[in-house]
Amino acid sequence: MDAELMQMLALKVTYALVMVSVVMSIAGYTVLAERKVCAWMQGRVGPNRTVLPFISAIPFIGPFLRNLGLFQPLADGLKFLFKEEIVPGHVNKFYYYLSPIVALVPALTTMTVLPFGEFTNAEGFTTPLVLANVDLGILFIFAISSLGVYGIVLGGWSSNSKYPFLGGIRSSAQMISYELAMGLSVLPVFLWVNAPGMTGSGLSLASIVNSQEGTAWLVLVQPFSAFLFLVALFAETNRLPFDMPESETDLVGGFHTEYGSFKFGIFFVAEYAHVVIGSAIFTTLFLGGWHFLPWVADPWAPGWIGSLLGVGWFLAKTFCLIFFFIWVRWTLPRFRYDQVMKLGWAKLLPLALVNLIFYMILVTYLDQASAS
Amino acid sequence: MNLSLVDFLFYVFATISVGGGLAVILSRNPVTAAMFMILSLVGVASLFVLLEAFFLAVLQVLVYAGAVMVLFLFIIMLMDVGPESGKGTALSKKRLLSGFVAVLGVGFLTVLTLEYSGVAADSGANWQDVSEETRVEGANVVFSKSVKSFGYGLFTKYMLPLQVAGFLLLAAMVGVIVLSKKKKGESNDEDTEDSSLESSVPQPEEA
Amino acid sequence: MIKTVVMERKPLSLSERTYLPQIASGLKTTFSNLFKKKVTLQYPEQRPSIPRGYRGVPTLVKDPNGREKCVSCQLCEFVCPPKAIRITPGHIPEDDEERSHVEKAPEEFEIDMLRCIYCGYCEEVCPEEAIFLQENYSLSGYSREELVNDKEKLYEMGGTLPDKHFKWDKKKTDEEQGNAH
Repeated sequence: MDAELMQMLALKVTYALVMVSVVMSIAGYTVLAERKVCAWMQGRVGPNRTVLPFISAIPFIGPFLRNLGLFQPLADGLKFLFKEEIVPGHVNKFYYYLSPIVALVPALTTMTVLPFGEFTNAEGFTTPLVLANVDLGILFIFAISSLGVYGIVLGGWSSNSKYPFLGGIRSSAQMISYELAMGLSVLPVFLWVNAPGMTGSGLSLASIVNSQEGTAWLVLVQPFSAFLFLVALFAETNRLPFDMPESETDLVGGFHTEYGSFKFGIFFVAEYAHVVIGSAIFTTLFLGGWHFLPWVADPWAPGWIGSLLGVGWFLAKTFCLIFFFIWVRWTLPRFRYDQVMKLGWAKLLPLALVNLIFYMILVTYLDQASAS
Repeated sequence: MNLSLVDFLFYVFATISVGGGLAVILSRNPVTAAMFMILSLVGVASLFVLLEAFFLAVLQVLVYAGAVMVLFLFIIMLMDVGPESGKGTALSKKRLLSGFVAVLGVGFLTVLTLEYSGVAADSGANWQDVSEETRVEGANVVFSKSVKSFGYGLFTKYMLPLQVAGFLLLAAMVGVIVLSKKKKGESNDEDTEDSSLESSVPQPEEA
Repeated sequence: MIKTVVMERKPLSLSERTYLPQIASGLKTTFSNLFKKKVTLQYPEQRPSIPRGYRGVPTLVKDPNGREKCVSCQLCEFVCPPKAIRITPGHIPEDDEERSHVEKAPEEFEIDMLRCIYCGYCEEVCPEEAIFLQENYSLSGYSREELVNDKEKLYEMGGTLPDKHFKWDKKKTDEEQGNAH
């Protein structure tokens, strides 16, 4: 181990820690946003009591932050941490403890390949800001996020009682059904980006973002793929029209019925981390990532300021999408289990196939036209 | 013995995949067996990573660990597959046969390994480092680590095996549909099975 | 006889079957709700207005002269459906100037608020108008014992209510004029 390698490793570990903490705090604040937005939509005000003592003393800003509930996630986290930990006697202890970890780890691992900005140095050499710029970005994300279902299934099974078990079963069926549609719905995007004459290459997410720079966002080019992907994303993140594993009205709490205190907290945060990462992926694939607007070149100059603005713009888009997730959740009722299955297999999958074939023909046609 | 990092990692992941595989057949609880199978598959995927075949590694995780094993778990949970009892140690015909096959398989693998270990070491000098980027030479895409060259290879040189594999999968799919399709007028005893779902929950062992 | 007509349900149109227009209109509704005035009452600081006749925590009241009104007839104890009231009757000493014409008063009066169902029968049955369900609706405590209101607490919560009858004063004057009872 030479010094250079150690230095690089230390740097990578630091970056990873920073990113984990950023994503986790975004997930925490997504919980707050969920509570606030749901309250506003229902004519309530939402959490507005928690405040740190020295901040409440500041005039105007203190009460404003308090009303926004900005310190609520802190209080929630502490509450989960200090709650009495109850392990029901009838559970399978090993898997019971394992499953929250299995649920959280994939949610956090997927972000390693997620580019969130780029840095152009003085020589004009551009590097995407990403923990690991893997050529197979999107496949890696699919692979890892497909492992997240084990947390839910194992949690449901190890709880050894009816409702969690049904939740686990439902989620495994749902995940398998919608993964297919999800994969097929992004294929046209890669076909488009990798088509002859296009700038992109491979399955890297950064190249997809850069292919949208200064031209139309892919959501405008392929609205149908974007729509299919979004629906599948809702299903994969277990958000409301598809929250089969949880469905608190018919399954008590679904897979986490038997979980309490911090173990429940981990499940909770993992779910929201999935939402955050999912929104970020949609932003990179369809909303132009860190680039300004369709057909408009980035107004910021390259360099640190520019890349920071780009990251901020990326986050802004992601937050809008997270808001959309929350918005849909508090608007729609839940699908029945058989409706979810039917929608996945009989509607979404054929539509995704048709979409794929259409773009295959289109790309081939464009290719032939440009060749001749 | 001088172990490089890659060698060390190879042994770690090889142990994980082989050990996981052994645990699959040795564990009595079907869910535990399935979990070990996932572990073993992930170990194999890590070995692919060590070989710098990232595409294969990712596909291994995506298809096997992410989808096929979820289905396995799904079926284990839906059907009444309780923990296997420890009884029946007597040498039945089936056990004898499976033992024979196992010994044969291990022997075969050992012989192959011993036979070809020298070959690999010899030809190691001739191995080429595979390039990172796809290069196009004339009409042909030179083999590289990128996904593009995989696709190119599959649709040119390995077109026939790809089609055969696809056809096999299609045949399997049609077969499943034919087998599971109920004949008209046949008594509908599926429903009674469904209603016993709750009782068929495999009981996790007390840990 | 009315002829019933069975209305056939119209099949869903294509746009209805995709759910999308409906989802869009639903999203519009919820979005417009974001900006509507909130109806939340900030509870400990803002209190709801209590309607007349509200049945809050039962209390014992004194008459405007500050005299105990309850004569421990135990009707409330008898009528109480969950048996939350427990009265220990007691005599009023003869030399009590203020209440010299009343024979009895409760020595102890307990209402178990863990049992009370706020039905208001006690208020209704009380011949002396001594027990009232007043406006207090928020009751909390750390132990079971804390939630058993004794006489002192009941009077403290009840305070004094205006009394139209001044029964005891009437009785006193009646007795002084020689026609008691």
